[in-house]
Amino acid sequence: MKDTDIKRLLYTHLLCIFSIILSVFIPSLCLENFSLLETHLTWLCTCSGFVTAVNLVLYLVVKPNASSKRSSLSHKVTRFLKCCIYFLMSCFSFHVIFVLYGAPLIELALETFLFAVILSTFTTVPCLCLLGPNLKAWLRVFSRNGVTSIWENSLQITTISSFVGAWLGALPIPLDWERPWQVWPISCTLGATFGYVAGLVISPLWIYWNRKQLTYKNN
Amino acid sequence: MRLGAGTFAACCVAIEVLGIAVFLRGFFPAPVRSSAGTEHGAEPPAPEPSAGASSNWTTLPPPLFGKVVIVLIDALRDDFVFGSKGVKFMPYTTYLVEKGASHSFVAEAKPPTVTMPRIKALMTGSLPGFVDVLRNLNSPALLEDSVIRQAKAAGKRIIFYGDETWVKLFPKHFVEYDGTTSFFVSDYTEVDNNVTRHLDKVLKRGDWDMLILHYLGLDHIGHVSGPSSPLIGRKLSEMDSVLMKIHTSLLSKEREVALPSLLVLCGDHGMSETGSHGASSMEEVNTPLILISSAFERKPGDVRHPTRVQQTDVAATLAIALGLPIPKDSVGSLLFPVVEGKPMREQLRFLHLNTVQLSKLLQENVPSYEKDPGFEQFKMSERLHGNWIRLYLEEKQSEVLLNLGSKVLRQYLDALKTLSLSLSTQVAQYDMYSMMVGTVVVLEVLTLLLLSVPQALHRKAELEVPLSSPGFSLLFYLVILVLSAVHVIVCTSAESSCYFCGLSWLAAGGVMVLASALLCVIVSVLTNVLVGGKPRRKNPVHPSSRWSELDLLILLGTVGHVLSLGASSFVEEEHQTWYFLVNTLCLALSQETYRNYFLGDDSEPQCGLHVEQGLDGVATAWQGGPGCDVLERGKGHGSPPPSEVLHGSEKWMVLASPWLILACCRLLRSLNQTGVQWAHRPDLGHWLTSSDHKAELSVLAAVSLLVVFVLVQRGCSPVSKAALALGLLGVYCYRAAIGSVRFPWQQDSKDISKGITEARFVYVFVLGILFTGTKDLLKAQVVPADFRIKTVGLWEIHSGLVLLAALLFRPHNLPVLAFSLLIQTLMTKFIWRPLRHDAAEVTVMHYWFGQAFFYFQGNSNNIATVDISAGFVGLDTYVEIPAVFLTAFGTYAGPLLWASHLVHFLSSETHSSSALSHACFCYAMICSIPVSTYIVLVTSLRYHLFIWSVFSPKLLYEGMHLLITAAVCVFFTAMDQTRLTQS
Repeated sequence: MKDTDIKRLLYTHLLCIFSIILSVFIPSLCLENFSLLETHLTWLCTCSGFVTAVNLVLYLVVKPNASSKRSSLSHKVTRFLKCCIYFLMSCFSFHVIFVLYGAPLIELALETFLFAVILSTFTTVPCLCLLGPNLKAWLRVFSRNGVTSIWENSLQITTISSFVGAWLGALPIPLDWERPWQVWPISCTLGATFGYVAGLVISPLWIYWNRKQLTYKNN
Repeated sequence: MRLGAGTFAACCVAIEVLGIAVFLRGFFPAPVRSSAGTEHGAEPPAPEPSAGASSNWTTLPPPLFGKVVIVLIDALRDDFVFGSKGVKFMPYTTYLVEKGASHSFVAEAKPPTVTMPRIKALMTGSLPGFVDVLRNLNSPALLEDSVIRQAKAAGKRIIFYGDETWVKLFPKHFVEYDGTTSFFVSDYTEVDNNVTRHLDKVLKRGDWDMLILHYLGLDHIGHVSGPSSPLIGRKLSEMDSVLMKIHTSLLSKEREVALPSLLVLCGDHGMSETGSHGASSMEEVNTPLILISSAFERKPGDVRHPTRVQQTDVAATLAIALGLPIPKDSVGSLLFPVVEGKPMREQLRFLHLNTVQLSKLLQENVPSYEKDPGFEQFKMSERLHGNWIRLYLEEKQSEVLLNLGSKVLRQYLDALKTLSLSLSTQVAQYDMYSMMVGTVVVLEVLTLLLLSVPQALHRKAELEVPLSSPGFSLLFYLVILVLSAVHVIVCTSAESSCYFCGLSWLAAGGVMVLASALLCVIVSVLTNVLVGGKPRRKNPVHPSSRWSELDLLILLGTVGHVLSLGASSFVEEEHQTWYFLVNTLCLALSQETYRNYFLGDDSEPQCGLHVEQGLDGVATAWQGGPGCDVLERGKGHGSPPPSEVLHGSEKWMVLASPWLILACCRLLRSLNQTGVQWAHRPDLGHWLTSSDHKAELSVLAAVSLLVVFVLVQRGCSPVSKAALALGLLGVYCYRAAIGSVRFPWQQDSKDISKGITEARFVYVFVLGILFTGTKDLLKAQVVPADFRIKTVGLWEIHSGLVLLAALLFRPHNLPVLAFSLLIQTLMTKFIWRPLRHDAAEVTVMHYWFGQAFFYFQGNSNNIATVDISAGFVGLDTYVEIPAVFLTAFGTYAGPLLWASHLVHFLSSETHSSSALSHACFCYAMICSIPVSTYIVLVTSLRYHLFIWSVFSPKLLYEGMHLLITAAVCVFFTAMDQTRLTQS
């Protein structure tokens, strides 16, 4: 039971990683002059679109929490709208946090916002897919000993590693190497991406390693 | 011996200050200075040496040149003249260099390659070190002996056009001047036209002896668009035409006067490939130096490889050229080609004067000067010179005389070279032995502090200092013996001068005793830990459960900050590190508040607050480490669920306060842009200080002072409340008097005074409030168990410091003070009190905020940002001790105010008796970790390219910070002591 779950988790995560890799290569086939650093904003958009799409597809296919009993259409629509609102809200609050951290207020606003979008894609979108627009569940997952399944556990790990990646990504900005990737917000977005990928890789392994100790209340 | 943790920490920091002082003394060698003050006037010049027969030439030789014109082009790199660019854009100069009557050299500038030290080097011939920067904080005017000063004393008329720095360095020295500012870097035509427009008139007049022109345009182009910009070529052509104009004019004038004139073309520093300067790359260091005069021989052929000389040689050469005494502190040697055409007797005379001056300087600065090879050569050549004079006076056999003369000459030139070299290395060499001694002491103290963490942060906050264990005395004597042996060996074999060897035996012995005692204490503590540590480990009480995310952040932040000090960019941009850490701290705090209030309660939280959450996976990795007890809760008693304590609006305040603090920090951050990379960005501070926005600045200052009053008065007694109000009013009056803000009824302030009365009025209140505070503290000492009086006393001391800071801060910085008080209030009320952080955490948070506020004030790790004007507030003239004290307080106001708030907070909020000692210990430790690591880093990076421009200023800041920390720790301990005697 558990091993198959972990396997499924691993495959879904591999798909996510694959989508990120695709987001680097597919635009370079379609668009001219596409490069990760120079047309960074385009990449940000495609990457966030790919990851969101893959997450949605996986949510519809794998259905990790088969708890939606009431499935009327109106309920689904309101749920979807709520998710969209939550996503936008998370984008804006990330933007605010970045500005508080010292991002320029007026110039580069688009860049900052797209960074907020991609960080939301890595963190909020999986949360919305897995937990739905249910803040209580979010709080439960992100507090100690609150996870109830390996899906939530992996969600916790990927989210935190994305945040930590973005946080660490800010460190090289003051260095005087004058590299193109040190420009705001490229190092942070790359950091967030690497953090997300690392989380995706680590979480199945970590769960597999600790599968003996992990006991979930509801399972 | 049992010691309280606070006392122990204070002692440790005091010893560390000693160690750092020894280290600094070794790292920054004292500059080579003549002990004879410049005020003493001219000493008689050294007479010509003579053996037996008396020579009557005791006066200074007459000047060689009638007029001297110095054309200094800022950032003129050697290849701009001697390279392909010179050939292309400076044809006239190239012609002069190749075929004209000129001597050309490549003059090497010593770092820091920025304009002011370079002007000093050119005119005084000395090497301004870092210590000079500090020494000259009081006045911008140059106090040392210089060519300009000598020329003025000799009654020469000097005219100057160009960079304003000169006018500041040599006030009242020029009969005529026009200073241009180098402030607008983007302007590179106007700034030079302002110099050139005077030329025609001045060259025609001819009623001057010395003309100095300093062109800034080239440097500005370099800063804006780099050395390969097409603008450079145009500027060089312009400079070439200026040079041609001056030269032809000088030549045409020369027929009327007896003496020829001298034209000097030089650069103050070079320009790196990116167009900046300040460091020590070849491009920045090499500058051309061309001396042009009809007195020189025309040389055939082309000179593509000019001789390398030192920039400091210019001063000695100019002095000789003008017939002036050589500046006393000059370490340069005469550029011999200048005097080559003179008779042998005069040549020898010039060289003799220069060697006498250098050897005098050597005698005064090097204790073992007699062993110096240069000095020996000097003595020998002086003797030979004497013989030569005797021969010369007796008979005039030209053949023998010439041969002997050229031998003496060679001897002199060798002596000059050696002397000059050994004097310059005196400045440039690190005194490794002193540095090592300092480092050893500091590292021992740090190890001791780290080892005693478990004991010191234990509930009792006491520790055993094992001073009389049995193995102790033997080890102690052994170590002392070894150290003295090392000392003797090092000092007898040392080639260069060494500060620590120069100390008296008693002082050096004291330091060695201290070092070995510390070593023995460390060894015995270590054995205690190893032997006694095992039984305690048998009952681990799940250490991971005690490690909150906050503790982890604090640990990682400290380690990260310390590691970042090894990179020059991180040192330059250290403010970013602190802002980043403080922001993350606020987010972690907000996460903690949310967790405390929202678990099981589904009100509406905001998303994206989970930044540091769930790091417990990492925290488990730390379990069992030696520092398990680091953040042991001091209070121990179980806390009631906080949500029961607070209700309604207060709860919302608790949740919102981290965000409010974040917003405050963001505002403050945009007030002063500091650092290097983003320092040019527009900030609120510049906007406010520009004269168009005086009204806004006035309103802002008034509002900030009002906020300060409202926030501070609540803890004071009525008397000090009144004093505070009057004092803050006085602050505003002071700022109005010196013209930086204005009253609403005042339309156009014309009467700008120094505001002495107003400032002294405020000082009276500062002293009054501090006095009341001290009185209350003493009263609390006498009247037992009156807890409130002591709290009030501490708060009054805090408010006295706030008032002093309000007086010293520039008006646009007053919001920093207001916000710091606001953040302190918010944190106390809504975060530390409800969340019950322990003393250690609160201390570290205070320290972090103090550091962040240090940079919010506009400080940076560059000496230039120290606000010296604070030292002149309320003082008529420069008085050293109060000025230094006020400047230090003004600079470190942020950390000091947070520290004094910490004392008040801990003694009023917590009732645990050990909180203050814990705090003192933590404060000492968290301050000494960066310092100790930094000196090790600096020692290993001492040949780094940026050692002078980046790392050394930071080292001075760190040293000063440690001194301040020591003062804070002593204050802590004193407060702790009063508490102990009370109970």
